[in-house]
Amino acid sequence: MNARSKSPVLVRARSSVCALYGFALVALALAFTHPLILLAVAAATFGAARLSGVQRQLRGAVRFAIPLALMLAVINGILVRDGVTVLWRFGDLPFFGQLDLTGEAFAYGFLLALRVVVIIAASALTVAIVDPDDVLRRMRRSAFRSALTAALATRMIGVLTRDARRMDQARRCRPDGGGSGRRAQLLMVGSVAAGALDRAVDVAATLELRGYATRVAPPRGDRVPYARADRAVLASALGLLALLLIGATFGLANFEPYPRLNIATDLTELLYAALIVLTALAAPIVGERGRRR
Amino acid sequence: MSSLSFERFSYTYPGKDRPALREVSVAIEAGEFVVCTGLSASGKSTLLRAASGLVPHFHGGVASGRVVVGGLDTRDHGPGDLAQVAGTLLQDPETQVVMQTVGAELAFPLENRGLSRAAVARGVEEIALTLSIAELLERPVDELSGGELQRVALGAALAARPALVLLDEPTSQLDPVAGDELIWTLRRLNEEWGTAVLLIEHRLERCLAHADRVLVLSDGELVCDAPPSEMLGWAAEHQPALQTPAARLFERAGLRPPPSGVKEARATLQSHGLLDGAAPSDAGEPAPARGRSRWSRRAEPAEQPALSCRGLTFELPDGREVLNNVELSLMPGEQTALMGRNGAGKSTLLRILAGLNDATEGKVESESRVALLLQNPGDYLIHERVDGEVGADVLADFGLEELAASHPRDISGGQRQRLALGIVLSGERPSAVLLDEPTRGMDRAAKGDLISRLNELSAAGTAVLVATHDTELAAALAQRVLLLSGGRIVADAPTAEVLSGGWHFATETARVLGGQGQACTPEEGGALLRARMTIEAAP
Repeated sequence: MNARSKSPVLVRARSSVCALYGFALVALALAFTHPLILLAVAAATFGAARLSGVQRQLRGAVRFAIPLALMLAVINGILVRDGVTVLWRFGDLPFFGQLDLTGEAFAYGFLLALRVVVIIAASALTVAIVDPDDVLRRMRRSAFRSALTAALATRMIGVLTRDARRMDQARRCRPDGGGSGRRAQLLMVGSVAAGALDRAVDVAATLELRGYATRVAPPRGDRVPYARADRAVLASALGLLALLLIGATFGLANFEPYPRLNIATDLTELLYAALIVLTALAAPIVGERGRRR
Repeated sequence: MSSLSFERFSYTYPGKDRPALREVSVAIEAGEFVVCTGLSASGKSTLLRAASGLVPHFHGGVASGRVVVGGLDTRDHGPGDLAQVAGTLLQDPETQVVMQTVGAELAFPLENRGLSRAAVARGVEEIALTLSIAELLERPVDELSGGELQRVALGAALAARPALVLLDEPTSQLDPVAGDELIWTLRRLNEEWGTAVLLIEHRLERCLAHADRVLVLSDGELVCDAPPSEMLGWAAEHQPALQTPAARLFERAGLRPPPSGVKEARATLQSHGLLDGAAPSDAGEPAPARGRSRWSRRAEPAEQPALSCRGLTFELPDGREVLNNVELSLMPGEQTALMGRNGAGKSTLLRILAGLNDATEGKVESESRVALLLQNPGDYLIHERVDGEVGADVLADFGLEELAASHPRDISGGQRQRLALGIVLSGERPSAVLLDEPTRGMDRAAKGDLISRLNELSAAGTAVLVATHDTELAAALAQRVLLLSGGRIVADAPTAEVLSGGWHFATETARVLGGQGQACTPEEGGALLRARMTIEAAP
């Protein structure tokens, strides 16, 4: 089908290579706390999202991540007593003992926060570019139950979101406005949750009725060959994984947060960060150019 | 070999005492078009679920007897196996789509059959063209309206060209045009492909003319299995609520036999000299849109509208215009029907009038609060008990006091709707009450109850505006009809004027009589025919 032929490369490529691409970005963010590398992964993630037209999904995820990340930064600053640059000394406090707020603890807290934001953004990119229908098709024969669960979960998000939206509108149609505050919210959540099982059963019944459980194999010789978009995204994903392996093997972009924050930033780190961005963005850019030609 | 056969099949849902189906024995042969009907909770949907294998494989419970679908015994084969021979469409389209895009949804059943890519692509294209949804192929299913979702789900059920199609109220969310098109499509599949069809439907007038046989279920038992005309004769005697408007028209006029459709009814009337042989004429163009109806002009000049809007425009974030400069005013006690195709903007207009959504431009004014009953009454029910939803006085008003301790999910559809109406009407009397498709999936008895309740409200001075595809409801209830198209009110006229002159937006009575006398209801039409018979009988 040509339903996705006008889509950007990362959206058009098959789900398996898109998933690998997203996984590589998440793995890089998990492997390094060096701010330069995290910023490079962030730039790669947002660049890829922009080139794929899914920046809106990313913005939503980041909005959700920022409060969580800030909380993490503050908690690290308060609870970690390492570091030599004391910003504030509270002295001995009950339960806490001696409490010193150090610059290093806050700085490292903010780096952890940045990592959380980048990981959530890369995960959101993965969700946005991987076609769940394709995942459902590919997993059907090898992991039927997992695919069924994944399909149900994917579909149920939409169904329950619309249920909740409709119920919220119905609540607002009540003469008293349906109340407000936590109790009204709890009632709504409870009601949507109570209906979730029925809805899941209905969706599962539909999957059965469409013959999902039969697991008939497609005819031989009917495999889709790797398209240019698939090859481009796969190359980028493998490149990112290779960079991850090289970085981990040679101990690149290491830094020590305590006792004094020491972020080594020489040419190697700069080059390494630049390579991450270039490798990640090569697929969407080169793939698009190839198509225009 | 029959396409589908039930042999003394009985079934009881888990945790229930009363069987939902009792000793049902019936067979549907290849190439037959069978309609199944009955009042609410008579067992129609259970019959269909038994034919698709969901009962008992999916729902559990206790079953006895035998069901064979395309040679597969449902005792040995589950819904997955039966899907190879039968396509099924259940009631709620929202849970009938499982993929992210329309194209993927239509391809899914074909892929599950192990077809080649070329065969899948051809199948998707063909079914999309057949159901006029080709323009939706690339759309995400989350963006579709209820009517569009229903057509896509139907497409998925039909894509693999099954030998048997099982459909549970497939036209419930469709406008009259799309509903008629769908029934014609089924008839075409039935005639050209030899597909056997089992269609569950409340609005018999829409499909009876196409049916070879009609099954009637009552309290889980098969009480009638006959050709349409015979079934209507049976209904007149045993279950009048199942009579079609044309059958009631004939009954009122004292004519027999009851007709199964418009064509047959017109032929009978012509043979009696009660109708000339010309094609139905347009009894008059609907009047152009105007701010106030004939009814409202009769109101006291000093009277203020209960609800009005000026220059109402609504645009989606992507710039698409849903409503365009809508002007409307409803007088106290006025009953108005809002009609139009799927996607015409009816629901959006109601939501804006009720203050649920903000208009992009324009102004809404109302005497006091505006009550809105949305399409799905179940959405209003969020408590554990019925008496948690409204006070005892409202329950008593709506005849629901006996259900006070029940869980809202355990009450019937009609009771749920009464309860939801009770919720939105509780407290201060609203100046207007707006209802969005209130008769979806309702039998005629429940519909009559709703009309009586709305008449009471209207008599108390509340303006009533009902968005509906149901022309029979509009004719029985409203004095005025607004026709919405492309976000604009294109006609605003008395009900008889709008519903007697057209074809799709016309009642069955009006179609039978060709718009003569602007009769829209069987009662009006019956009186007209009796008057003609009297004149003809006079020397």
